[in-house]
Amino acid sequence: MKDCYLGVDIGSISTKGVIIDDDNNIITSTYIWTEGNPTEAVKKLLNVLKKNLPKDYVIKGIGTTGSARKLIGLMLKANIVKNEITAHAIGTLTFYPNIRTILEIGGQDSKIILIKNGIITNYAMNTLCAAGTGSFLSSQAKRLGINVEEFGDYALKSKNPVKIAARCTVFAESDLVHKAQVGYPKEDIIAGLCKSVVLNYLNNVGKGKKIIPPIIFQGGVSKNKGVVKYFKEILKEDIIVDENSHLMGAIGIAVLARRNKTGNTYSLEMSNLKFITKAFECHKCPNTCELLKIYRNDELVDSWGSKCGKY
Amino acid sequence: MTKIAFPHMGDYHVPANYLLSHIFPNTEVIKAPKITSKTIELGTEHSPEFVCTPFKYTLGTMIECLEKGADTLIQMGGGCRYGYYSELQDKILKDIGYNCKVINLVTEGKTNIKRINNLLKSIEPKYSKIKALYYGFITFKMVKYMDKIDDYIRENIGFELKKGSFESLKEEMLIAFTHIKNYKDLKKTYKRYLDKLHKIKVHKPDNRIKIGIIGELYTIMEPFSNYFLEKELAKHHIEIKRFTNVHYLLFEKSHKYKKYKKYAKEYFKYNMGADASDNIARCKYLCREDYDGIIHIKSSFCTPEIGAMPIINKIANTYQKPVLFFSFDSATSETGIKTRLEAFYDMLEMRKDK
Repeated sequence: MKDCYLGVDIGSISTKGVIIDDDNNIITSTYIWTEGNPTEAVKKLLNVLKKNLPKDYVIKGIGTTGSARKLIGLMLKANIVKNEITAHAIGTLTFYPNIRTILEIGGQDSKIILIKNGIITNYAMNTLCAAGTGSFLSSQAKRLGINVEEFGDYALKSKNPVKIAARCTVFAESDLVHKAQVGYPKEDIIAGLCKSVVLNYLNNVGKGKKIIPPIIFQGGVSKNKGVVKYFKEILKEDIIVDENSHLMGAIGIAVLARRNKTGNTYSLEMSNLKFITKAFECHKCPNTCELLKIYRNDELVDSWGSKCGKY
Repeated sequence: MTKIAFPHMGDYHVPANYLLSHIFPNTEVIKAPKITSKTIELGTEHSPEFVCTPFKYTLGTMIECLEKGADTLIQMGGGCRYGYYSELQDKILKDIGYNCKVINLVTEGKTNIKRINNLLKSIEPKYSKIKALYYGFITFKMVKYMDKIDDYIRENIGFELKKGSFESLKEEMLIAFTHIKNYKDLKKTYKRYLDKLHKIKVHKPDNRIKIGIIGELYTIMEPFSNYFLEKELAKHHIEIKRFTNVHYLLFEKSHKYKKYKKYAKEYFKYNMGADASDNIARCKYLCREDYDGIIHIKSSFCTPEIGAMPIINKIANTYQKPVLFFSFDSATSETGIKTRLEAFYDMLEMRKDK
């Protein structure tokens, strides 16, 4: 029997799962949409992973990251739960030990991580606005009637990207509608959108950060060739895009799960698990905390959201 | 009978309450209810959208106090937009329909004894000046002792062996402070609690992480407005250094400014308003000492600190120290703060382990 480790990255838009062995080889991986229901998404994800995992492997560690890391961590009884910034950095460093800058654009957040000698020296994450993230691109794709996967190819066709006011998602959208109504061709508008994502990113999270090569670009948006092209053009540097760039967070957390292994063995069988969350509002003080109680097979495992520590 | 009240900031309601109830024996001091989500909701509802968040918190508390029956409110002023708070809040409260008086003890960033005397007279015409001076003295000492104890707690709370021992002792001390009779009594109480504090067992490892917190004064001093940042850090076993407290603002700021200016002369020449220049000098200090990281916090739209941020970034780059910036608003997401803090903590630990 060989040991392997599962990393799950549950993001706002997509859920990623990866199983690695002791030498960081990816045994199997999947990528599905979260669709607003992280527990169901993870159950589906585990079913797929289970089918693809060779019989002679045993899972010796589980790690969760992403915005639903805490909930899924409880569900899977993960041995490590870590934020996505650390997970992404660790994942990238396992394959690219000399990397200096990680650009990451995900569904709803974007971050920049600066690394020196294999250690994170600084990072930033978007705070105010989601303009320039994946969800912005996918909503615009819907508006233009194009699959978001084809976005990059369209953008590459354009020779003359339009300028789009991209400070704010909503205003960018009105500007985009305006440009379309005036009669600009679709590919120019799409290229303009990709460019605006890059500019927005550099002016927002990238502000004041020294971007030193080698640079790697990851997160769902890194699959968009248009955005990659404009990053190269504007930074005047080469940008690495790994074929597993969307999985880096999951790989990172799997590596961390291996480093923190406890000796326990885990199962991927979750179809019989009853995992329920109940939300209610406490009215015992004017804070009116929104509380969440989490039940695993009808047993209360945790409750969150209380300011006073009563629950 | 006049009923006075004042907005909250940290635990300073204890000395303020003590002072007011002693110099105005015939006036009722209304205790402001604890800051809750409702406070900030009320404040946000009646404030201009882009005003700094402390304005919203204090306005919210004022409304809550008025609802409890207060008719006279006390507000201060400072060297930034804070200087205009009380006039604007007065107008807003009148517009909502409250019939109240807002007294601003500090105008144009200055305290004028004669003016304060007149203001105090307007609360209670026959108040005793001698009593006011005496209790004023005790109150200032109380603030000093509280700040000293807080400094000690901040350095040690992350390492207490029995969880909650510092917090419960401090609460006990604050209650004892409200029943102080005279200066001697205060001193004795302070010594007693200091002894107890030093007896609390802590385990401080040599390679512990040390963080300095700098930034805008209200957000730093009111834990509710910074989402209990210090508590969160203590959970991760971090030693915390903080410079700003009321004692600093009242007694040290004016003469420390010159020192700071000299110390960080390569970074600023002129006073940048509020605590911005102080924070630049403190940032340099933290970078040169053995601190592992700096957290800069402010309320959104705090103009002096926005001016200081690029300089702080530059200093941190020069000394290769990480800085985490937080802007707190009434619409900040708590999860976002936790994620960033966690990553910051992981980063510091990785840097330590290398």
